[in-house]
Amino acid sequence: MSTTETSVPPARKLRRRRFGDNVGFLLLAVPLALFVLFILYMFFYLFRNGLGVINWQFLTQAPTKGMTEGGIWPCIVGTVLVTFVSLVFSVPVGICAAVYLSEYAPANFLTRAIRSAIRSLAGIPSIVYGLFGVALFVTGLKFGLSVLSSGLTLGLMNLPWIIATAEEAINAIPGSFREGAMALGATKWEAIRHNVLPYAFPGILTGVLLAVARTMGETAPILFTGVTYYTRTIPTSLSQKFMALPYHLFTLATQHDQISTVRPIAFGTALVLLVIVLAFDAVAFVIRLRVAGANKWQV
Amino acid sequence: MPESKITVEKLNLWFGENHVLKDVSFSIPPNAVTAIMGPSGCGKSTLLRTVNRMNDLILGTRVTGDIRIDGQSIFADTTDVIDLRKRVGMVFQKPNPFPKSILENVAFGPRIHRMGNHADIQQRVEQALRHANLWDEVKDRLHDNAFSLSGGQQQRLCTARCLSVEPEIVLLDEPASALDPHSTARLEELIRQLKQDYTVVIVTHNMQQAARVSDWCAFLMLGELVEFGRTENIFTKPKDRRTEDFLTGKFG
Repeated sequence: MSTTETSVPPARKLRRRRFGDNVGFLLLAVPLALFVLFILYMFFYLFRNGLGVINWQFLTQAPTKGMTEGGIWPCIVGTVLVTFVSLVFSVPVGICAAVYLSEYAPANFLTRAIRSAIRSLAGIPSIVYGLFGVALFVTGLKFGLSVLSSGLTLGLMNLPWIIATAEEAINAIPGSFREGAMALGATKWEAIRHNVLPYAFPGILTGVLLAVARTMGETAPILFTGVTYYTRTIPTSLSQKFMALPYHLFTLATQHDQISTVRPIAFGTALVLLVIVLAFDAVAFVIRLRVAGANKWQV
Repeated sequence: MPESKITVEKLNLWFGENHVLKDVSFSIPPNAVTAIMGPSGCGKSTLLRTVNRMNDLILGTRVTGDIRIDGQSIFADTTDVIDLRKRVGMVFQKPNPFPKSILENVAFGPRIHRMGNHADIQQRVEQALRHANLWDEVKDRLHDNAFSLSGGQQQRLCTARCLSVEPEIVLLDEPASALDPHSTARLEELIRQLKQDYTVVIVTHNMQQAARVSDWCAFLMLGELVEFGRTENIFTKPKDRRTEDFLTGKFG
């Protein structure tokens, strides 16, 4: 025992430790409190500035008079449509890839390399996907500037997310479910089909919904691949250009010649986008809660 | 040597560099309970899991020697592993019901093997549950989740699930190790009944259990078969010093 420790009286030692404890608590709690305040303020700000313009016409009509009046209906439709196209591509491909990676791929260097490449792809800036989409879909496959090109580009961007979350969900299913089925004479695919995928489904769905939320808010991947500044009509085929909420917001906020006039519409657009994204996040959250309650085997 | 349902001949097994089973040879008679006992890590579970080739699922497994069921090698090219596992059922150490209803747990096997229509499968489920002494306890709650059952009931459910595809052989891998004494007693009663219709092989590290349920007994140590014979002979006059030491509790 060192001399410095013994020379401090026990009561003072205890007080010092209490002080240290309080400092530690503050260091951790204050940043969190600041962060929460910031988020709350952002919501409050958006609602205060955006709520005024939101009414039935705003949600159901096209923009009019050089976008200074009217609504954002084509943007809502465009965003939903392009997100749907992206999912039609990325969900089946992503789930198949995840099943292969977690159940069939041999545990070797190549598999590990592919898995870490997928993780890296999830971190690539979305503008890079946008440029790649131009090269591959718009000019390469000649899909032109269209819902299809944008949807596929967003799908490519989604894919690593969906593969990673789906693989995680599949790996969380206990091995005894597969083993039990195979000991009864089930083939590997039968064991996966009946005893793994149904139980991984909620986890996979949560991942998909989070990807949806991200996809809806993306501007860069659609910027060069199909989104347009202004159209009065909603797209009726996949080969048409479309309007989208995030791009409309960008236009109103920075590209319009009467920025201060359209500012409330910009806030209204932001609010609608935020509410749609939050709705998807909320669904994902509820599913996660339910699964936590239903996964009795994890107890 | 008795009439043989399963013949193990010079069986060697490696997991990678690890030599787990060494020149194991013995014959398991039909319609009897054969216990494989031995201290932890002696390879008894591995031996059991070789009989229905569950070790195939583990990477780096290598086998020499042979196991024959009714004279037919289980490693032959003509042996279909799916069919083998249907004929050789298994109950695991930890009860592993699927997170489905009681009914669906037992119907799973007959469904994947397409053993008849809806009514046939319902009948099979009832028969299997009766066979596993569980029917009276669950007949009014067949649609409840299998996880609502007690541990002992879950293990009997897993036994019913294994019986539902009409196996010839039932392998039990320390089936009572996670159960309380009362549930264990009920499971042992079931094991003794099963030998009327099936060839039963049970792995256990509990020698009293081996004495209570088995007709034949194999003693395994460090991957080697030390002794095999009638249970009463093994327990009353063991031939090998190591068997005697194990039975008298010098190690275990």
